[in-house]
Amino acid sequence: MKTLFDKIWDAHIVHSEPEKPALLYVDLHLVHEVTSPQAFEGLRLAGRQVRRPNLTYATVDHAIPTKNRNLPFADPIAAKQVETLRQNCKEFGVPFFDLDRIEQGIVHVFGPEQGLTRPGMTIVCGDSHTATHGAFGSLAFGIGTSEVEHVLATQTLPQTKAKNFLINVEGELPFGVTAKDVILAIINRVGTAGGTGYVIEYGGSAIRSLSMEGRMTVCNMSIEAGARAGLIGPDESTYEYLRGRNLSPKGDDWVKAVEYWRTLPSDTGAAFDRTVAIDANELSPFVTWGTSPEMSVTISDRVPDPAAIGDDNKRRSYERALEYMGLEPDRNIESINIDRVFIGSCTNSRIEDLREAAKVVQGYKISGSVNAMVVPGSMQIKRQAEAEGLAAIFQDAGFEWRDAGCSMCLAMNDDVLADGERCASTSNRNFEGRQGRGGRTHLVSPSMAAAAAIVGHFVDIRDWKFKEI
Amino acid sequence: MDKFVTHTGKAVALDLANIDTDQIIPKQFLKRIERTGYGEFLFYDWRFTPGGELIEDFVLNRPESVGVSVLIAGENFGCGSSREHAPWSLLDYGFRVIIAPSFADIFYNNSLKTGLLPVRLSSDDTAILTQRANSLPDHEIRVDLEASRISDNKGFSANFEINEFRKYCLLNGLDDIGLSLQYESSISAYEQSSRQNQAFLAFSS
Ligand code: SF4
Repeated sequence: MKTLFDKIWDAHIVHSEPEKPALLYVDLHLVHEVTSPQAFEGLRLAGRQVRRPNLTYATVDHAIPTKNRNLPFADPIAAKQVETLRQNCKEFGVPFFDLDRIEQGIVHVFGPEQGLTRPGMTIVCGDSHTATHGAFGSLAFGIGTSEVEHVLATQTLPQTKAKNFLINVEGELPFGVTAKDVILAIINRVGTAGGTGYVIEYGGSAIRSLSMEGRMTVCNMSIEAGARAGLIGPDESTYEYLRGRNLSPKGDDWVKAVEYWRTLPSDTGAAFDRTVAIDANELSPFVTWGTSPEMSVTISDRVPDPAAIGDDNKRRSYERALEYMGLEPDRNIESINIDRVFIGSCTNSRIEDLREAAKVVQGYKISGSVNAMVVPGSMQIKRQAEAEGLAAIFQDAGFEWRDAGCSMCLAMNDDVLADGERCASTSNRNFEGRQGRGGRTHLVSPSMAAAAAIVGHFVDIRDWKFKEI
Repeated sequence: MDKFVTHTGKAVALDLANIDTDQIIPKQFLKRIERTGYGEFLFYDWRFTPGGELIEDFVLNRPESVGVSVLIAGENFGCGSSREHAPWSLLDYGFRVIIAPSFADIFYNNSLKTGLLPVRLSSDDTAILTQRANSLPDHEIRVDLEASRISDNKGFSANFEINEFRKYCLLNGLDDIGLSLQYESSISAYEQSSRQNQAFLAFSS
């Protein structure tokens, strides 16, 4: 009896011997501008080729502006990085979704959208949120630049097998509780290092009930729980999502593919090294209050008091986080005013996220003291949202409507928080300075971020007055 | 990658848990297309004011920290992104060894591939070395990779664990790609058989 992870692992071993990492075959390698230039340069220096350019897909997302992409970049260093990737893709024959392509978007958004991401695959990318693709039942994990070069040159990676960790979320998610809240609750429970050394499989009826978008949100933040990869067994929702996508198998191939995918889910009774159970019925919307994704409480809670913490290290880190965040102990979460709202990132920038946020925003205007923006995950999503009328809802309410990219998730472009600014963000990291030096990030779901934009402080989405127009 | 056999050097302690990659090397410095030159941006927001002035009482900026090559930190060091710029910046700054009770997976892996040695020690041992690095001006740490042993000039000594294969690569400065290419025929055979058995999975465009 095997887990999904065991099955994928076994099917991809190219070579193995005792005491050494196994050599694992890589089915799909996604590439972006920030972690690849040194890898291509390494290939050139060694006189090597990209072994399988047709299993490699590149795009630009991290450093690009999300406003006026047709103008020359304001930042010449970012421009050079993008141009370097463009040239590298040309030289090595790698398919490249450039700024003028509808497929362009955040690496973890365009892969699934184009039908590249599928069950049973091994997928790597020089980016820690590669686990997103695990939502399709693939083994997907982030790698460093040396490993990017290794995969380009050999289409394989030496890997030591991680352990199996099952997180079961059983029950029905209450109204207003989303996939983002599920993963924030999980991180809160296991801690940011709780998954170190493991591949997490998310299971249970609450996970099964999530859409593919929701599953991607959950798997996306596996790294925030310390795990390099997180995955979910494929099922009808998975196949339904993939059917008819641009690069998905077609006709007879489709039938054979689904038949194969059905063999992948973990066998009943397969052994996991660790298991955690979470009761979905008990979950509430979450808000992070600190500088680590595990520092979170529910919307009806208060900021914790470090004085009540026995462990010295933990108390110090809580004190430091509160100081950085400019918050006092016992503060009511709903009373925290915000300056900025960011709806975007590979965690929450897909069409369903935008629909959820638009439902909240519909018929309202954003608070006069808030500056808010929506950054779709791909140009395809942007166009779809415009066609569905979502863009108009956001713009009428006062949101900026941007082009696709990572944007203020990591603030490598000019979308940056000013010192002391407080942001409700749908992204995945609230580290010190993540969205700009001195910037204060609170991680929330798209609907919670949208509601905060309207009223200027956090509110409980479960009490929201939705306006149907 | 440079070989790592033994190293002796002065240590500095950053006694914080969960030091993340955004602190080690903030994103605005990730736009370079080279592997080198990141040292000056290491821990940038902690070392410099927003105006670019040195923050003098930050531990790395103190006069006694000149020439340090061993960093001691709290648990889960290097959590966050996969940026190899993190080990590159530590190496470029002059660090060869990082000691912590635990490391984030990707950072740990990346370090080994760049010739930076991450050493896991128990929290108690880390605390001893932190205390000594903070208080003894002539304190020095010595790492012997072959023996998987870490010691200091004040009588401390402990073994650490490291995967034997990774140790072998570090000791010999071996490049992974060259090693993997020795299995070229296995890679080709794998590709042939998977292409035959699973042709239905090809990207159809
Ligand atoms: S959106 Fe944020 S987390 Fe996702 S790939 Fe971009 S920078 Fe990384």
